[in-house]
Amino acid sequence: MATHDNTEHVSDATDEAVGWESKLRYFLNSDFVRSAPYWGIPFVLMSIAVYGGTGYNFAISFTDYEGLGTPDYSTLDLEMYAQALSSDAFIAAAQNNLVLLVGFTTICLVLGLFLAILLDHGIRFSEKFQTVYLLPMSLSFVVTAQLWLWMFNVESGILNLVVTTLGFNPVDWLGNPSIALGAVILALIWQFSGYTMVVYLAGLQSIPDDQFEAARVDGASITRTYLRIIVPQLKEASVSAAVVLMVFALKAFTFLYALVGRYRPPNGTDILATLMVRRAFKFGEWAYSAAIATMLLIMALGVIGPYLYYQYKQGGL
Amino acid sequence: MSQSSSTGNFDVASLVEDVNLRRVAQYALVVFFLGFFLVPLETGIMTAIKTNESVARSLPFAPPVGEGFTLGNIQFALEQLSGSFFNSLIMSIPATIGSVLFGSMAAYGLTMVNWRAQMGMLMLFVVGVFVPYQAVLVPLARFWNNIFPLARMIEPMVASIPFFQGYHAELVPLVITHIAYGIPICTILFRSYYQSLPNSLVEAGKIDGASITKIYRRIILPISKPMFGVVFIYQFTQIYNEFLFAFTLVTGSDAPAAPVTLVLPAIGASTSGINFGIRMSAAFLAAVPTLILYVAFAEQFAKGLRTEA
Repeated sequence: MATHDNTEHVSDATDEAVGWESKLRYFLNSDFVRSAPYWGIPFVLMSIAVYGGTGYNFAISFTDYEGLGTPDYSTLDLEMYAQALSSDAFIAAAQNNLVLLVGFTTICLVLGLFLAILLDHGIRFSEKFQTVYLLPMSLSFVVTAQLWLWMFNVESGILNLVVTTLGFNPVDWLGNPSIALGAVILALIWQFSGYTMVVYLAGLQSIPDDQFEAARVDGASITRTYLRIIVPQLKEASVSAAVVLMVFALKAFTFLYALVGRYRPPNGTDILATLMVRRAFKFGEWAYSAAIATMLLIMALGVIGPYLYYQYKQGGL
Repeated sequence: MSQSSSTGNFDVASLVEDVNLRRVAQYALVVFFLGFFLVPLETGIMTAIKTNESVARSLPFAPPVGEGFTLGNIQFALEQLSGSFFNSLIMSIPATIGSVLFGSMAAYGLTMVNWRAQMGMLMLFVVGVFVPYQAVLVPLARFWNNIFPLARMIEPMVASIPFFQGYHAELVPLVITHIAYGIPICTILFRSYYQSLPNSLVEAGKIDGASITKIYRRIILPISKPMFGVVFIYQFTQIYNEFLFAFTLVTGSDAPAAPVTLVLPAIGASTSGINFGIRMSAAFLAAVPTLILYVAFAEQFAKGLRTEA
């Protein structure tokens, strides 16, 4: 900035030189520069990792890099993207991903809201219950996968115990491709609904109590009070929870891998993240998987871009 | 919501009945969900302390009776996991400390920057929180294996440290990776805290002529102790539980440097299927460190999650 200003007024040379110097000195003494070591070092490290990494990935996705050796940047094209978009495995994975994203996010939000309202009023020791409901969030997906693998077990799992007690035939939860994705969603809801509950509870607690009182005095039922007055005020909590859940649904790899301990998840549950990792680390198709990863990134940005804009406009950042 | 019965139109008796019914239904639902969240865990623990025979015969959630009780599976799982526990801890602790410190520094530094530049940088940090790690896996593998093979370079050095083996060098790139990708979330968590602090604290320091470093060390660090607790617990849980980076950088569940999460999906598996007694024991053991942290600091953990949203 300082040097740019200088070139505009060349008439009075000595005056400008002083101005330029003092401007520079002023700039070097500003908080921006003096605090640079604080924000600068983490910022550079993070930028290399996040933006350098995704940029490099983007570059590789235009090559034909596979197997051992090095990527060749002399011929860059969109071949890998075309290949991916026309492959059945990619389409199937994208469809599964969409089902997972919509199903998982919706049910988690609804259940989390329900749990938050359930514990919001008139429950003793409600904090203790919250702690239990949130407990699965402290577990690794690898652990959750093992616990649910046992729940889903065909011969001795609890789910089939319930199903057979109700008089139905046992279900092959993970082996039946049309059920497996639903089963996976159930397990992930178990892990995440406590999280949405906590976000909603924070929202609920910021609503003044006299709104409940006013509604009660007006004779509104509790259900009506929540539906008409309270829930509409939780828009912000819903949006932020939904963004976190949707981005998670896009990249949910660990749970699916850990269920079976191999690259190919149960039939009918292959999503873009598992497809990408399999193509890269099992088959060494680096460029192809980089292209899938880039598309995944674009989808994630499609979710967070509008969210950041919304937050910025609201002054929430 | 005090249950005062001053709304004259109602018959008091029916009101009491109504309230009681609602109460009963509310508590019934609370208990139902208590079961929903606890049953998978309870079943896992019960299965872990049963003999294989008892696992096959009894109901999965029932506690073991008499002969059916054993600690053999837990003992076996502990032997299998002990090395990887060590790997997990020496990886998670420095990675957590690093990312938490950098996050605090960045959040503090950002408060000194003018609003426009601050918003720009903040956006870049927030995007860094949400980036799917799949989009950096291929570059990560290439960088640490081909371009800058740090693990191979420092292997002899690591081998000479007491209690460490040469293969532990493989964890160093993993630690650096975790620090770098942990910075965005830590920065965001600290920033929300620093924003809630009164501006006058820093201003007073400035007027007194304190340098930016002095303000950080004398004013900001002491008052952000509780937030350090929150971010540390959140970040340690994340890194200890993480799988994908370890999977990319420390290849194979049988690698000697593999952390717990990498070993767990392969334990107790054989050609005849999975031995669930062993698998559940291992899952329980793997969860113990984060479970202890959670039980001790549930409120801090919840706060970390709330601030993230």
